[in-house]
Amino acid sequence: MRVGLFVTCLADLMRPSVAFAAVKLLEDAGCMVEVPAAQTCCGQPALNSGDNADARAIARQVIKAFAGFDAVVGPSGSCMGTLRHDYPALFANEPEWRARAEDLARRSHELLSFLVDVLKIERVDARYDGKVTYHDSCAGLREMGVREQPRKLLASVKGLELVEMSGTEECCGFGGTFCVKYPEISTKMVDDKIANIQASGAGTVLGGDIGCLLNIGGRIRRRGLPVRVIHTAEVLAGIGGEPSIGEPEQT
Amino acid sequence: MQASGSTFTKRASIAIHDTRLQSALGHASGGFVHKRALQVAALPEFEALRERAHSVKEHVLSNLDAYLERYEAQVTRQGGHVHWASTAQDAQRIILGICRDANARIITKGKSMVSEEIDLNAALEAAGHEVIETDLGEYIIQLAKEPPSHIVAPAVHKTREQVADLFDKHHRPLGYTKHLTEVSEMVDEARQVLRQHYFRADVGITGGNFLIAETGSSIIVTNEGNGDLTQTLARVHIVTSGIERVVPTLDDAVTFLRLLARSATGQETTSYVTLSTGPRRGDDLDGPQEYHVVLVDNGRSKMLGGPFREMLRCIRCGACMNHCPVYSAIGGHAYGWVYPGPMGSVLTPLITGLSTAYDLPNACTLNGRCQTVCPVKIPLPSLLRELRRQQFESGLTPAPIRFALKAWAVFARRPRLYHLKTRFGIALLSMFGRQRGALSWLPLAGGWTESRDLPAPQGRTFQQAWSARKGARP
Amino acid sequence: MSAGTSDGRARVLADIRKSLGRSAAASVAIVPLSGNVPRPAFDGDLIERFAAKMLEKSATLARLATLGEAGAEAERYVTSVGAGRKLCVSKALVEIAWPLGLEIEHRAAVREDETSITPCFAAVAESGSIVTLSGPDTPSTLNFVPENHIVIVHASQVVRHLEDVWAQWRASGQAMPRSVNVISGPSRTADIEQTIQLGAHGPRRLHILLVAD
Repeated sequence: MRVGLFVTCLADLMRPSVAFAAVKLLEDAGCMVEVPAAQTCCGQPALNSGDNADARAIARQVIKAFAGFDAVVGPSGSCMGTLRHDYPALFANEPEWRARAEDLARRSHELLSFLVDVLKIERVDARYDGKVTYHDSCAGLREMGVREQPRKLLASVKGLELVEMSGTEECCGFGGTFCVKYPEISTKMVDDKIANIQASGAGTVLGGDIGCLLNIGGRIRRRGLPVRVIHTAEVLAGIGGEPSIGEPEQT
Repeated sequence: MQASGSTFTKRASIAIHDTRLQSALGHASGGFVHKRALQVAALPEFEALRERAHSVKEHVLSNLDAYLERYEAQVTRQGGHVHWASTAQDAQRIILGICRDANARIITKGKSMVSEEIDLNAALEAAGHEVIETDLGEYIIQLAKEPPSHIVAPAVHKTREQVADLFDKHHRPLGYTKHLTEVSEMVDEARQVLRQHYFRADVGITGGNFLIAETGSSIIVTNEGNGDLTQTLARVHIVTSGIERVVPTLDDAVTFLRLLARSATGQETTSYVTLSTGPRRGDDLDGPQEYHVVLVDNGRSKMLGGPFREMLRCIRCGACMNHCPVYSAIGGHAYGWVYPGPMGSVLTPLITGLSTAYDLPNACTLNGRCQTVCPVKIPLPSLLRELRRQQFESGLTPAPIRFALKAWAVFARRPRLYHLKTRFGIALLSMFGRQRGALSWLPLAGGWTESRDLPAPQGRTFQQAWSARKGARP
Repeated sequence: MSAGTSDGRARVLADIRKSLGRSAAASVAIVPLSGNVPRPAFDGDLIERFAAKMLEKSATLARLATLGEAGAEAERYVTSVGAGRKLCVSKALVEIAWPLGLEIEHRAAVREDETSITPCFAAVAESGSIVTLSGPDTPSTLNFVPENHIVIVHASQVVRHLEDVWAQWRASGQAMPRSVNVISGPSRTADIEQTIQLGAHGPRRLHILLVAD
């Protein structure tokens, strides 16, 4: 299967190890992975701020860059949700682009649901010692149906004990531009999420979206709490030893 | 009440620091959410009911004029009167006229959100009528001179101590001198105080959860029975209802009743569901002598023809706000008007204007939980995004945000430029980050760095590293 | 009659029609919506479900073999809750033999009334509800004013769904009454600190006399 990796701007800029983890997981599952260079962003910042013109321009770019791949896979429920659900609607008045957007939508997948639901992967060969809890990112959960798949794969990680926190499905307060437009509300929401994480007794929190993890990790670091924040793909690919999202880079 | 969304951030801030409010909100939302979840788990037909409710509402909206005419004909046949109010002012004028003609001194009210929307109480009081809210939550906020903070539980933000203090102040002159501490005592005292008003009332005003075209009936759904006492004991009963509340038949009403209480409070059904049809009949022993329905448009017919039509399906259950993390963090008053939470963030700008309520569609993470629990499947996040689009195209988006978006888009649309710039930018950020650990001091995106660290990027972009790796491979 | 009502009517209808893309003249005939109405399925005896749901909702219930026992049960009940001997009773129950210890008046309720007794039109097993229709013999104030509301329900009146009650009403040929009440328990509120309290405005107590016939 020829897979085009949708890197996501946050992975590209802030956390390349997530994209490398995605490549490893896909290659281990037998896919041929390519990374089209002409990709930057899914266009969500423009789309969610009402700037549909720019969103459409970016969408056309994405559609072109990923033409011809059997599947388009990215380590983010939110970006892939945009490709799958929002791109076709953006071209409501342009039948040709709409058809192309629908074609892309059919081929677009969030990484872990792709591995489990499409490639039928049931386990990974990885180790991570300790108690972890899992945050269900909103778009992944509600737009892309990601819930059981990460848990299934995490169950196969040696040494890992998954403890569910209360309110796994509650929004962490990232919400794209929301967190910088309404920082006080966002901070309250992330503090509520952190309280749930701490109450679970887990030393690590995992999730499928870097935006959420930056938000949670950034707040944890500011508050000086000892919880590690890692992307699920990194643990599954066996590179969960990377610095926690939020810790300073060790060079 | 008058809208004031422009101080949203300030109000939200006050709410976040109000520990009593936070405690009340936590208790309330948790209860409604948990109880609703139990009801849904116990009813396998729940999804099918949602789908049916969605279909019925869409069908009614496509035939709204015909259904309203059918409804009106039935009401008239039964001896009632239907009045049509295009604007909030028209509705006020009509109701004031009915009350004046009835020589009304005392007016009791059952809970009606649309009556708050049209600012009815202020108009009635200005015209010299005494208005008494009978729903306990509405009564409490009437005493406190506050707007409701939730469409189903209007006093959800009040602690029992606050209620006791209000009762001390307002009931003492009536002869109730004991300071109360128990909820049961407060409910009993309110029952006694309000009872006399029911029997003195000249006019009783209620809302209408649903209007049934088949029979010309209006339905109210309550737990307290206050709406029934309001409408049965007064000489004149006025129903205030939005034009979108009509449903075709008695059987259709049952579908909505199955969804309403479960979605709102997590009850299977409320204690009372009452269908009222016209005034007392010739041989009836009780009931109002006059029955009036005031159909309120106030922007709804306009919504019908545009991208916000789906909002007209709303049955005012409150599930969306119960499940909204932003509402749970800031409560209802921060929204500045009658309708809070997700449904309020759509309705308020549509009724009061896109610019007066700028923040409401934007103070949302688009997490989608509201849409998941809406009994009539309103796509609230899409509607909020459409409002943002309209704001953007009307130039209402603040300049710094437009600029930042434009800058991002300029690069995002040009991959080669993007990769060049970001490599440079990331190298810089990474360097600074390494020097100082995390980027707490970063002057940009102050909204982030006020309370969160921004980790230093890993040194190179993924695309850079990938090209390097590919170059290194055979 | 308020001025300008017909103008308001014309304007609202015109605005609706404009939004629907139709001419202002008149409505288009409605094509009724088809499709099945989902109804909750449940097993078990309807009467037992009705009784269980009523008890769940904090009503109380007494089972009687025949209607003749109603008078004695009513007397027992008012004594047990400490209410007075005067009851306002629906005229539809005029044939019941009431004990001498009770003072029965057939009329609408007044403010001082403590206890009422009414029949019902039907009872619904799905939700545990009774349905009353207002009329000259069944004034609806009896359902709401007194503290204690006693309702006589015959087992044969229990149907599965509320839609079945509507079907019965249509079949009866009766005109729509002024008031139809679907009552599923005593009055309650949770408006103060989400703490449930019975007896907010309507009756504090709902007592069902479930007659076996």
